[in-house]
Parts: sequence; structure tokens; C-alpha cells
Amino acid sequence: MMPGRLKTILLRISQSIPVLIGVVIVSFVLTRALPGDPAVYFAGAAADENSIAEVRAQLGLDKSLPEQFLVYVSDLMRGNLGQSLSTGQPVTQDLAQRLPASLELTLIALILSCSIAIPLGILAATRPGSWIDHLCRVLVTAGVSMPTFFTGIVLIYIFYYLLGIAPSPLGRLDFIYIEPDRVTGFYLIDAAIAGDLETWWGAAKQLILPSITLALFTLAPLARMTRASMLSALSSDFIRTARSAGLTEGSIRYTYAFRNALLPVITTLGMVFSFTLGANVLVEKVFAWPGIGSYAVEALVVSDYAAVQGFVLAMALLFVGLNLIIDLTYTAIDPRIGFASR
Amino acid sequence: MTDFISSTANPTEPDVLVERTSGGFFDHLIYVLRGNPITLIAFGMFAILVIAAIFGPLLAPYDPAVSNVSIALQAPSWQHWFGTDNLGRDVFSRVLIATRLDLLISVAAVALSFVIGSMLGAIAGYWGGWLDSILNRLFDTIMAFPLFVLAMGIVAALGNTVENIVYATAVINIPFYARLVRAEVNIRRDAGFALAAKLAGNSDIRVLAFHIYPNALPPMMVQVSLNLGWAILNAAGLSFIGLGVRPPTAEWGIMVAEGANFIVSGEWWLAVFPGLALMFAVFTFNLLGDGLRDLVDPRRRT
Repeated sequence: MMPGRLKTILLRISQSIPVLIGVVIVSFVLTRALPGDPAVYFAGAAADENSIAEVRAQLGLDKSLPEQFLVYVSDLMRGNLGQSLSTGQPVTQDLAQRLPASLELTLIALILSCSIAIPLGILAATRPGSWIDHLCRVLVTAGVSMPTFFTGIVLIYIFYYLLGIAPSPLGRLDFIYIEPDRVTGFYLIDAAIAGDLETWWGAAKQLILPSITLALFTLAPLARMTRASMLSALSSDFIRTARSAGLTEGSIRYTYAFRNALLPVITTLGMVFSFTLGANVLVEKVFAWPGIGSYAVEALVVSDYAAVQGFVLAMALLFVGLNLIIDLTYTAIDPRIGFASR
Repeated sequence: MTDFISSTANPTEPDVLVERTSGGFFDHLIYVLRGNPITLIAFGMFAILVIAAIFGPLLAPYDPAVSNVSIALQAPSWQHWFGTDNLGRDVFSRVLIATRLDLLISVAAVALSFVIGSMLGAIAGYWGGWLDSILNRLFDTIMAFPLFVLAMGIVAALGNTVENIVYATAVINIPFYARLVRAEVNIRRDAGFALAAKLAGNSDIRVLAFHIYPNALPPMMVQVSLNLGWAILNAAGLSFIGLGVRPPTAEWGIMVAEGANFIVSGEWWLAVFPGLALMFAVFTFNLLGDGLRDLVDPRRRT
């Protein structure tokens, strides 16, 4: 049994390699398709022909494209994404520093939306036509039509301006608190490690509005998929058999139907994660959240291309890795799954 | 057998068929609309959008570009339904006029990805083989990116213009169309009617374009409608972070971005009205897509 599963897992990991290569090629093409000449850019305003040519040779831009690609890949292997023009630091370092802020926000939002969407979907599926089914439908339709950045602004207006119960939407921590010592970079975890409850609460307060914004956005596809797959599981033959065997309604629903309904929900979760990573950029801009999304937006404004490309590549790698994890969880949830057919 | 071939090769025969099915289609349309009045509402909302896009500049009560600082930041009133912005421009006029640009961007992007996706998908589905594998790997790669992030990267690489927003939105949508067409074409590649058309002397391209591909159109229309809403959101998101459309052009995403600066001081109307317009458009296309799905695929009715 175990060797078979191990083989499945290795097969799945090997299947993500062509995609990884594709991602690297696309990001290389994006880097080389830049408008204007990076050499002119880096050489500065006072550069003449000679110094531009010098910078070009220094950057390796005088080589042929395949050679440049090899250089690019070997730089990537060493974790070198180039220098950011605006911060003057290596892009890798900038991204690593800001990534925890984005991840903290994204993960909290996903947990929040799963813990609402999945129960809601189950309730809607087990009571079709009830008020909770209608609520689910309304939420689903409204949720997909809400631009995230707009939801965020409306929430700020209501909870910060009108009600005054939310802190000012500027960053991860109000200036009255001191940043917790960096262990993981996640403020909630770091503050908990330091035992600083006040800072923990301060960081949690800042997180509430942006994570609700993101969660509202991801709620719709998850709830819709949970409802649909739960409905089809409940109407299948094995549930009828379980009913006729006299199992309790609870064990039919949660042990039999829900387990089988979970698979498509997890597939949807992968897609939702892609949306969330994109929406993150918008939410981070609205809430001045110092994550990698707002880093990319700042870089875009000043045409800092190394930073933007590094961000795009980092996001794609994150997403490929996540899809891998999701597919591997399949094998844990459903042993019937194999990847050979794909 | 000769009868069969001559009837498929005879151009009048399919016409009769089309007429018969379209009569049935309209009966079906009326039947579905009666059962689902929401689709009817969606068509009404769609008409409002189209009217606003075509006649917006004629209907706007004020010139959307003229600023008048003496009436800056006024709350909504009978004179200015949606209030005025920080430069004293009429928000209602700007929201109305932006309809055309927002719809144009998304329609152009969706049309591009529809055409390119159809061609690539049809090629991959009909001929298969190494072409199919290469195209599939390409689509996998595109889908391996978080799509909005890829669009950001494309716009950053190609340059910050409205056309490039259209191209970027088109590129990230192509895989969805291509996969759909590929699946629909692939299952009909060796179907009886396709083989018969080929035996009757039609070329591969002709069989593909006129006999097989039209079968993919109904699910494609649903995809187009759902996709239009998503394309609008995407384009507005890109201009919200400062890509593509530049101020002072009236566009919903950028208007929300500009209005966001005033939300913390309580001037909500700057951001809320363009945001609501955006939601209205996306909502319309989503409703329309659901309705169209009921129309073309009764099994998936929700």
C-alpha cells in the first residue's frame, strides 16, 4: 500500500516540473519584453554611448537570448532576482521581508471564508428551499460581483468613518504599538511568542477589516461548490443505501456525504487561492498593508521592473507549490485518486 | 448511403433544420424566461448598460471633464445626483460616460480571447498529437500564474496603456475558451456527422469550422457572459492600481481609486457610485450567464 502511494506522490511532484519550467520561461520573456532599454535605465541620465554599452555588458544584455536565459536561470537558482531600483536592495530580500505580511492576511482570510462558506453550503444543501438556501444563493451571487477593492473601501467607510470601531486602515500595526521581535514575521504569532497580549490584539484589530474583505470575495465560489457537491453526494446511491440501513442522519451527512463532497471543494480552494493572491494586491493597496502586493504596486508606479517580475515569479511559484500540496492532500482524503491518468 | 451523403452535402437541408430548431429555440426561450423571471431582469439590466454605453455622452447632464473648484466635494443633491468630486466635476456624468470605456475594454478583451481561444482549442482538439500537447502545456503554464498577477506582469512588460490592458485580460482568459472548445471538438472529431461531411468531400478545415465547431458555441456563449463580468472586474482592478487608464479619463476603477482617498474623511460618494456601477455591470453579466446556461443546458439548472 505505502509504496504505491509514495509512487503516486512522486509522480505528482514530477508532473509539476514542466509547469515550473514554463513559469520560468514566461517570466523570462516578460523580463525581456520590457519597453525601453534597461541598460539606458541603469546607466542613468548622464550616460553616453560608451557607458551604456558598458552597463549592457555588465548586465549581460549583449549576449544572445539563449545565453541570457541560462544566466537568468542560474541567477534564479542562487535566489537572485536582481536589484530593486526603488529600495536599492536585492528583490529576493525585499520579497522575503514582506511575504509574511501577505501570507498572514491571506491565510486568515481563507480560514475565515472556509469556516463560513463550508457550513453555509452544507446547511443550504441539506435544507433546499429554506431561508438559509436563499441566503446562500444571495451571498454567492453578490459575492462574485463585488470588486474587492470596493468592498474594502465600503467597509472602511462604515466601520472606521461612521462607526469608529475599526482602527485607521494604515498598515499592520498602529504606531502606538511596538513591533514584536521578528521570529516568523507573522505578527500574531510573534506577539504570542513574546507573550505581548496588547500588541497581539493591536495586530488582530488591524487584520479584521482586510481579512473580511478578502474572505467576502472568496466566500462565493466555496459556498457554491460546497452546496453543489453536497447536493450531488446526498442524492447518490450509497447515501440511499446508508439511509435504508438505518444510519442516523448526522452520520449520513458528515461521515458519508461530506467526506465525498470534500474533494471538489478542495479543488475549488486551489482556484480560490489564485484569486486571493490577485485580490491581495488590491486589498493591500486599499489598507496600505506592507505586503508583497503593495510592494509590486509601488514598483509598478516607478517602473521598477526587476521588482515587478520578481513578484510575479514569486506568486507563480507560491501558487504552483500550493496546487501541489492540494493535490497531495487528495491522496490523503481519497485513496482512490491516482495521477497516472493525467 | 448515397441519399445520406447528398442530403448532408445539400445546402438547403441544414437550413430547414436550423429553421426548425430556431423555432423550437424561441419556444424554449419563452418557456425558460417564464420559469425564471430573473433572466428577463438581467436582459433589462443589460439593455440599460448598452444604452448608457452608446448614448452616455448625450445623456450626461454635465461635461465630465470640466472642473469647477467652487463646487468641489458637494454631497449628492438634485443638481448633482451623485455629488461632485474634488475638482468639482459631476460624478454622475463621469460614471455614465465611463460605461463606454469599461464595456469596450472588456468586450474587446473577451472577443480577442474568444477568437484566439477558439482557434487554438479547435486545432488542439481536432488534430491532437504534439500540437495538442504543446498547447496544453502552454495553457497549464498560463493557469499556473495567479491570473490577476500575470495580467499585472504583462501590462508592466508591454507598457502601461489601455490596449495592453485589453491584451493582458485576453491572454489570461484564452485557456478557458481553448479548453472548452478543445473538449467539445475532441468528442465530435470522429462523430458520424463529421465523418459523413468529410466523405462528402469537405476539407478538414471546412469540417472543423462549419460542422464541428458550431456545436461548441452554446457553452461558449455562457462562458462569454460570465467572462465579461470577470473581465470588467479585472480591467477595473488593473486601473485601480494605476495601470492602463490614466486620470483624468473617466473609468470606474480609477474613479474608485481616486475616491478612496476621500473615504476616510467621509466623502463617500466619490468612490461608492462608480463602485456601484461596476457591481451593477458585473452582476448583470453574471445573471445573464446563469440565465444563458439554463437556456442552453437544462441539466445544469440551479
